[in-house]
Amino acid sequence: MALAIAFYLLAAVTVGSGFAVVSSRNPVHSVLFLILSFFSAAGLFVTLGAEFLAMLLVVVYVGAVAVLFLFVVMMLDVDFAALRQGFARYMPLGGLVAGILAIEMIVVATAVSTQGAARLNDTPTVHTDVSNAETIGRVLYTDYVYFFQAAGLVLLVAMIGAIVLTLRHKPGVRRQVIADQVARGPKSGMRIVQIKSGQGIDQ
Amino acid sequence: MTIGLTHYLSVAAILFTIGVFGIFVNRKNIIVILMSIELILLAVNINLVAFSVYLHNVVGQIFAMFVLTVAAAEAAVGLAILVTFFRNRGDIAVDDVSMMKG
Repeated sequence: MALAIAFYLLAAVTVGSGFAVVSSRNPVHSVLFLILSFFSAAGLFVTLGAEFLAMLLVVVYVGAVAVLFLFVVMMLDVDFAALRQGFARYMPLGGLVAGILAIEMIVVATAVSTQGAARLNDTPTVHTDVSNAETIGRVLYTDYVYFFQAAGLVLLVAMIGAIVLTLRHKPGVRRQVIADQVARGPKSGMRIVQIKSGQGIDQ
Repeated sequence: MTIGLTHYLSVAAILFTIGVFGIFVNRKNIIVILMSIELILLAVNINLVAFSVYLHNVVGQIFAMFVLTVAAAEAAVGLAILVTFFRNRGDIAVDDVSMMKG
């Protein structure tokens, strides 16, 4: 019973904040609703018994991706009201397509779960003495180790790509060149001039 | 009142549809389009985890992890492209993206 209440609460918050993401006027509110949506989806994962992925979702999405979105939204000085034109025009068609898609997918989901491969398993999790993270680790680092490496490569390429795209060298910026500082000695750093009396020194 | 696989799949289906709807109605605002894509990927993750738990097979959760990785990479590169585009144009209207054409 408590699980049912938790599920309905988390599902309602996930779906409601997901809708607020796409319909909010202010993109900052959109990002904050996206964070809420991810957070309640993590709660759904906990009710399923997938604690490791729930924590991963909180750390990766709420901690990194959503903050990245927030950063970009606040950094770009854009008139977001102008970008919203056409919202009302596409609303009826989009709503129709979305409604049909949702009904179809729910029908398929019901059919799959009542007659598909999972129809005999009505108990979600088998509680063992092995934790969820350990179960994932045992499979991920043995059978899927190459995929794991490939995922790391994907992240590396994405990181390099993001840096290459956003890095720019401004001309005329004076940077510290450490090699020049180290190479500076008495010969290059100072000169000795004879000053004639009464004339001063010229620059 | 027991919660079964159908409930989780329905939540994922509704979330997926909201993502598609968001792409439909926010055609000019590429930031919201990127967020809608994140919602779609989240729905896929819920599907994968639900099936993984109800079929007693942990591979689905590993696939969900890979989807998470690709989604993070996609968000990073997409936002980097967006920032570069904004620097060049001073605006993020998607209608003008075809300026390099021809």
